[in-house]
Amino acid sequence: MREVAVLGVAMTKFGVSDKTNLEMFAEAGLEAISKSNLEPKDIQALLFGNCLGDFEEGQLHMAPFAHAELGLPTGAPATRFESACATATVAIRHAALLVGAGIYDVVLAGGTERAARMGTPLATRTFAMACQAHYESSAGITFPGVFAMAAHMYAHKYGIALSELKRHMAEVAVKNHYHGSLNPKAHFRKPITVDTVLNSMMVADPLQVFDCCPFSDGASALVIAEASKARALVKKPVIVAGTGQASAGALYLQRDLTRIKAREEASRQAFSQAGIEPKDVQVVELHDCFTIAEILALEAMGFYRFGSAYKAASSRETYLGGKLVVNPSGGLKAKGHPIGATGAAQVTEIVEQLRGECGERQVNGARVGMVDTLGGDFGTVCNIILRV
Amino acid sequence: MGYKLTYDQFVQGLEQGNLLGLVCNSCGAATCPPLGVCRACGAQDQRVAEMSGVGTVRTFTVVRVAPEGRTPPYVVAMVELDEGPWVMGNLEDLASADMDVIGKKVKVGSRPVQTKFPAQENQRSLTFHLL
Repeated sequence: MREVAVLGVAMTKFGVSDKTNLEMFAEAGLEAISKSNLEPKDIQALLFGNCLGDFEEGQLHMAPFAHAELGLPTGAPATRFESACATATVAIRHAALLVGAGIYDVVLAGGTERAARMGTPLATRTFAMACQAHYESSAGITFPGVFAMAAHMYAHKYGIALSELKRHMAEVAVKNHYHGSLNPKAHFRKPITVDTVLNSMMVADPLQVFDCCPFSDGASALVIAEASKARALVKKPVIVAGTGQASAGALYLQRDLTRIKAREEASRQAFSQAGIEPKDVQVVELHDCFTIAEILALEAMGFYRFGSAYKAASSRETYLGGKLVVNPSGGLKAKGHPIGATGAAQVTEIVEQLRGECGERQVNGARVGMVDTLGGDFGTVCNIILRV
Repeated sequence: MGYKLTYDQFVQGLEQGNLLGLVCNSCGAATCPPLGVCRACGAQDQRVAEMSGVGTVRTFTVVRVAPEGRTPPYVVAMVELDEGPWVMGNLEDLASADMDVIGKKVKVGSRPVQTKFPAQENQRSLTFHLL
């Protein structure tokens, strides 16, 4: 495989937007191409993420329209990826694989989503379509419900009082809202307290609304190229050191919801390819769609022993300035979660961290960063390790 | 080789009060809901078999913000059947939905899915009744 690098990265502000999916993607895509010192005619393929355009806008087959918005060459194929919340990460991984394999030299990857536009009842229903339709969704399971069941299982398995676990989970939300308050592009920029979380509306026991990420609108895109070409084009190309992706079936097949097997395997692949270990990583953007999700991710990726990561935010180890900075962007929790764009925004944050461009939320001395994105009810996990 | 236990056949079983699954002719493991292969060993040679319909609650949640078309609150739980497979369904007794319900024995039943959406017509969901 050839060495592969990330060039220009871009994201729209996440939140509630009056722009269409295509308009948001055009903004992010053109900015990413421009920051790469390239023009649209130089792009050889578009790997495009979107999950629910059909429900959001009545729009299927969005990739070729995105291609036209950007003025890409007819011979540059535009292909839509859908892996639920891991959509854009999977698109980016495949971009890296195609460039690494020598199929293309320069490609654009990313995604767009207008989840806020749907409103909570429709968004709750359509997100739940990423569970098994016949044997899971029929029971009325929701995504907060999936992670709520994982939280109850975590408390039971490790013998932690639910009230104690909930307090530590709330600390994850407090941390990520604090980080988000430092990110001008975050959906939520207001710091909160543990009491904010514990006094908020119950969504799916034991998860309260401040345990949950928002439905967001937004787009993000980035250019990936063969490394020598990247070095000729930009000052600080960021190298794709390793990637991993793994799959699992319905929750009833996975059984122990505290152990996300697809993540254990995907991160193992990524670490192995990069030739590093968890201790070598300084900054992580991981899939904190719910507070308990950050805890589960830290354990599955090997940063914490199983049953121990629930105290990480409370002890401030995962804050800016801590030993492993987790979600300095604010994460899905505060930066927001436009599902088809989320992975590209995670990569954008890590790339900007490694380039030292993050201002108030800069992780000092960051040299190796990692992206973790989970799709569906633990069915897809994709990891990307980046280094300068 | 055709699919051994289709969703329609699974639902017909539930309508008659039977929880159907597959038993592997190679390793003997039960797979319920059905898959194309044995969940334990991957063998394709499986036979349809009736499950006991008794299991143990492993985790649960109370859904209070529901997908459109559903009326909250309701309990979603995961149950380990006595034969080994886990299934997802609705615990009927809302008042019992606290941490103490984990580990309790339940009997599995079913009910039609309440929906206004065409793709979910003729679906049934599993129900769990505390024993």
